Amino acid sequence: METTVADLKRGQKGIIKEFTQDLLPIKLLEMGCLPGNEVELVQVAPLKDPIYINVNGSHIAIRREMALHIALDIIEDNAVV
Amino acid sequence: MSKQINVALIGNPNTGKTSVFNQLTGLNQKVGNYPGITVEKKEGICKLPRGVKAHILDLPGTYSLNTTSLDESVAVELLLNKNDKDHPDVAIVVSDVENLKRNLLLFTQIKDLKIPTILVINMADRMVRKGISIDIELLEQKLNSKIALVSTRKETGIDRLRNLIADYKNLPKSQNVDISVIAPDYFERLKEAFPKEDVYKLWLVITQDVNFMPLEKTLIKDTSSFTTKSKSELKRLQQKETILRYQFINGILKETYKIDANAAKGFRATLDKVLTHKVFGYLIFFLILLTIFQAIYGWSEYPMDLIDGFFASATEWVKDTLPPGVFTNLIAEGILAGIGGIVIFIPQIAFLFLFIALLEETGYMSRVVFLMDRIMRPFGLSGKSVVPLISGTACAIPAVMATRTIENWKERLITILVTPFTTCSARLPVYLIIIALVIPEGSFLGLSYKALTLMSLYLMGFGAAILSAVILNKILKIKSRSFFVVEMPNYKLPLIKNVAYTVLEKTKSFVFGAGKIILAISIVLWFLGSNGFSDEFKNAETIVAQRIKEKGFSANSEVYFENQQETLGNNLNKEAAVTQLKDLEERALSQEIASYKLEHSYMGYMGKAIEPIVRPLGYDWKIGIAVLTSFAAREVFVGTLATIYSVGNDEEETIKNRMAAEINPRTKRPLFNLASGISLLLFYAFAMQCMSTLAVVKRETNSWKWPAGQLVFMSLFAYIVALIAYQILK
Repeated sequence: METTVADLKRGQKGIIKEFTQDLLPIKLLEMGCLPGNEVELVQVAPLKDPIYINVNGSHIAIRREMALHIALDIIEDNAVV
Repeated sequence: MSKQINVALIGNPNTGKTSVFNQLTGLNQKVGNYPGITVEKKEGICKLPRGVKAHILDLPGTYSLNTTSLDESVAVELLLNKNDKDHPDVAIVVSDVENLKRNLLLFTQIKDLKIPTILVINMADRMVRKGISIDIELLEQKLNSKIALVSTRKETGIDRLRNLIADYKNLPKSQNVDISVIAPDYFERLKEAFPKEDVYKLWLVITQDVNFMPLEKTLIKDTSSFTTKSKSELKRLQQKETILRYQFINGILKETYKIDANAAKGFRATLDKVLTHKVFGYLIFFLILLTIFQAIYGWSEYPMDLIDGFFASATEWVKDTLPPGVFTNLIAEGILAGIGGIVIFIPQIAFLFLFIALLEETGYMSRVVFLMDRIMRPFGLSGKSVVPLISGTACAIPAVMATRTIENWKERLITILVTPFTTCSARLPVYLIIIALVIPEGSFLGLSYKALTLMSLYLMGFGAAILSAVILNKILKIKSRSFFVVEMPNYKLPLIKNVAYTVLEKTKSFVFGAGKIILAISIVLWFLGSNGFSDEFKNAETIVAQRIKEKGFSANSEVYFENQQETLGNNLNKEAAVTQLKDLEERALSQEIASYKLEHSYMGYMGKAIEPIVRPLGYDWKIGIAVLTSFAAREVFVGTLATIYSVGNDEEETIKNRMAAEINPRTKRPLFNLASGISLLLFYAFAMQCMSTLAVVKRETNSWKWPAGQLVFMSLFAYIVALIAYQILK
């Protein structure tokens, strides 16, 4: 299983690797959610959905189903327990 | 004559675009709709140096020119269509200093349309605190554009912006990005097929409907030299375009934009931790809701009482001053009552929008959406439906207007359609009087039966709203974007000016939009209630006077006398007692005449005509009339019954006693018993008894189809539920 944005813990950071679904909404890309950019998980709502991230300086909330399609490499492991 | 130039303001949401608009135009602005659609159109006039005037159009917020919603396609249509009367001579792209990178994406796209473009970098006052420094001169050079560094909070940089607009003829019109590198062959063929057009414009036209159905589109057809690509291929190219633009932007910002990472965080992170917390987040939201609710329900009571009192005395004044006649009655009971019925809602609307504007301006609203989205989703609603649904408990009118924050049209429509089910404050007078009449004393677990009944009515309202949302979600086939990407803007202190403009503008749009319809309907209701064709109606005065002479006052009036004497007590002064009695008799006479007239008016005949329909619910024709007239507004129910039972004023105790004494001639039992009372309560809980709400829904959906559907569905549902309840309980 590939690591995705949905696997991040609060405070963890990663670098976006690729999109596992070909056609993610263009809006997400416009917000700066592009391969090579850094993502940080800011907060998760109850039931683990939606997910609040900071990607490339843009603070956005996305639903879990979309987060599952953004693969990444975790770079900084300072998750808040 | 001075020349007027067209200016379009465009930018990402949350960049303070509206603040810039307010700074440029001041109060010279008006808000309307684009013809035929529900997108808000904001325009204003700005005076520029050297006697030039600018017509400023505030386009809906958008992240790019790749349209995904109706709002955005309005912006794109305007920028592409040179023949549009609002087609801009200058485009101003408003960006926010903290999100400059993302904002520049839109900027480069507009720049590539070869429209003279000015970049506004707003919120300059935050630069020091955030450790941001920008080499403006170098950035201007790299983007080949003029930049105005603005702070709408500190009101700096606006003069430079005005000068730049006035000087628009000297703005460079070069493109930033050569888009054809993402697919050289394709764009080469495109250029060959349409040699006269600019490739980037062609590209925008082609891709307009990839994510969304455009309003109207000049179709580019396949020709022998040029074949269009499939949707997914186009989407992939759009992604490539976005990456290309970001490469360009990153390259430029590396040289011109510095941010000290240590200064950046702090405040926002701390606030987010609390406000989106699994427990505290909901608790705080709940407290905020309580405050809003209290404001709409409690605080607005005082201004509403004042307005009510004012219109009551205005009506009196008109009746006393003008010569009696149809015209005076029309003014007093038709027009004044109608205007009063509109103005009375202003405090509630103003309060709700004051809070909504504050929540939006501070950036808190996005956090509510984040907290509530998952909970609302199973019902076809979104996190943004929460505020309208809750404010519906005060009044459905501002609540329906508040749905404008929901971008997804389907979710917005569902929210509009189900909101009137929530128990608004106008239902309360009806509930209170009927509960007092029919629900027995006693308590369960320390809660009185009456309180429990009231609570279940509120719960049923919410239940009906949620249930119909689920159904609507299943049956409505509306294509709208299904994805969810919500920006979480940084927290800001609200600008008082912006909040004030919002409150003013929403109130105005209610008074002049829905107000017209409300006024018209209340004049019709007045006409029906105060006119009749029969002889009984025309000779009401003599008939009633004759009847009183022969048979004495009616039983209704006797009850009235008794009550009055009780309240007045024993008066020792004989003379005073005589005049008092005379006064009472006079009033009783006019009350009996009013009651007799209403019975024989068109409205009275309508009430009798619908009696067969309402009889299975346990009502008689009098309640039928009250149900009909309360279509104007639910609380009118009590007033109408007061007129019919000729109790004169709407003192609650008096009406209650009268209602309790009313006997159903067919069953020989009290007319208001448990069965008919519950049936009435349920009817009022579910029926669409509010023309003002219908008028607002018509305004917000731009069609009579939805309010008509609402009226039919809700009334039918109310009828069936009330019918079942009465037949079981009777």
